[in-house]
Amino acid sequence: MLNKNQIAQRIAQELRDGWYVNLGIGIPTLVANYVPDDINVEFQSENGILGMGPFPYEGEEDADMINAGKQTVTLKPGASVFDSSTSFAMIRGQHIQLTVLGAMEVSQDGDIANWKIPGKMVKGMGGAMDLVASAENIIVAMMHTNRSGASKLLKACTLPITGVKCVSKVVTNLAVLEIKDGAFHLLERAPGVSVEEIKGSTEGALIVGGEIPEMQL
Amino acid sequence: MNKVYKNAAEALEGVNSDMTFMLGGFGLCGIPENAISELVRRGIKGLTCISNNAGVDDFGLGLLLQKRQIKKMISSYVGENDEFERQMLSGELEVDLIPQGSLAERCRAGGAGIPAFFTPAGYGTEVSEGKEMRYFNGKPHILETALTADFAFVKAWKGDKYGNLIYKGTARNFNPVMAMAGKITVAEVEELVEPGVLDPYFIHTPGVFVQRIFQGTNYEKRIEQRTVRPKKDAK
Repeated sequence: MLNKNQIAQRIAQELRDGWYVNLGIGIPTLVANYVPDDINVEFQSENGILGMGPFPYEGEEDADMINAGKQTVTLKPGASVFDSSTSFAMIRGQHIQLTVLGAMEVSQDGDIANWKIPGKMVKGMGGAMDLVASAENIIVAMMHTNRSGASKLLKACTLPITGVKCVSKVVTNLAVLEIKDGAFHLLERAPGVSVEEIKGSTEGALIVGGEIPEMQL
Repeated sequence: MNKVYKNAAEALEGVNSDMTFMLGGFGLCGIPENAISELVRRGIKGLTCISNNAGVDDFGLGLLLQKRQIKKMISSYVGENDEFERQMLSGELEVDLIPQGSLAERCRAGGAGIPAFFTPAGYGTEVSEGKEMRYFNGKPHILETALTADFAFVKAWKGDKYGNLIYKGTARNFNPVMAMAGKITVAEVEELVEPGVLDPYFIHTPGVFVQRIFQGTNYEKRIEQRTVRPKKDAK
C-alpha cells in the first residue's frame, strides 16, 4: 500500500519532457518533488505562475509570490507571471498538458467530485471546474477509500460533481487505474496489494485484464 | 490628466450602501488593503463584493464580513474564513460561487465590451443550472455573462499619475481584469510616480482603465501560508 508521497512518486512517472503541468492542492503538490532528473517540466499555478520553483529559503519569503494554495514559493529561471484571465486562457485553451488533482469521488465514467459536501463543506470550486472541463489529460491522486472505508471509485458520484467524463487516470494507495468505456481498468497494483483487495475496495465497474504488474517506484 | 487623490478617504468619494464592488487579490496577495480599511471606516452596508476570495477572519474582506457590511459575495473559493462560513450557512450572506476562470473572464468581458461568452467550465454541474447550453466543436458549453461594478478597487506595485500600473509577482492576479471592469476604478499603489518614469513597454494596466489613483500606506501584506526551506539546504 502506498503512502501519499509514494502516490506522488508514481504519478511523477507519467510526466514527459517539455510538458506544462498544473498540480492541485494536497497530494498533487508533492509530485513536484519527484520529477525525474532527465526531463524538464514547467509547473503552472493558476493564480498566475508558469515555472513555479520550490519554497523560498527561510527569511526570503515574499508576500507577493505565492502559489494557488497561498503558500510562499519561488520562480525558476525562465518563469513568467501573469493575470488570472491569461492563466485560465492557458488552461481553457488546452495549453497545459497535464492536470493532477485530488478528489472525494470519481465515477467509472470519469466524473469527478471534489468541491462541495452539501451542508458541511462550502469552500467553493476555485479553479477546479475550469481545469477539469478543459484539460485533456487529468490524473486524480487520492486514497482508494474514505475514512470510513467506503470506496471512492464509484458507479456514479454521490456528491455534487466538479466535471463530467473528464478523468483519464486514477492513482491511489492501492492501484493505478485507467478510465475508459465506462469502467476502471486496472493497470498496476501497489506493492503487496492483491487484485482481490482492489476489487473489494472498488465499487464501480473494474476490468482486470490478465496478469496485473506491481508498481515500480 | 491628473487622476491623483490624496488618500483612500478622498479616492473612495461616492461609494454608498447597496453598491457592487470588485476587489482584486488572490487570498491576501495583492488585495487593496487601504480601500478595504476605508470601506470599513465608512460603515456602508448591503454591499455586493466580487472577489476571488473572502479574506481571512481578521484581514482582507473578512474585516467587512465582521461588520456585516456585505450582503452578497461573488467568489470562486471562500475557505479559510469561519465567519464567512457561519454567515453563509445561516443564510445571512448570499453567496454565488463560480469557477475561477469564469470569474476572471466575466470581469475581463465586462471591461472589454463582451456581454457574454460560452465556456466549458461548469457544464453538467450545479454551476450550469438555468444557463443556456450550446455545442461547439462537439463539446457542450454554457453561457456566462459579463460582470461590471460601480467601483473596482485594485492594488498595484507602481503607478503613475495617468493611472498606468505595474504589479509585482503574483499580486497581479485579478487586479488587471477588475481594473477594466469598474465603472470607477480606484488604484492604490506602493509607489506613485510622475508620468514617464515607468517604462511604457512594461505597463500591465494601461491608464485608460483607471479613474483614480492614490499612494497607499501601511501595507501589511500578510502571508497566509508561510512555507520555507531551511537555509542549510542552500548550496
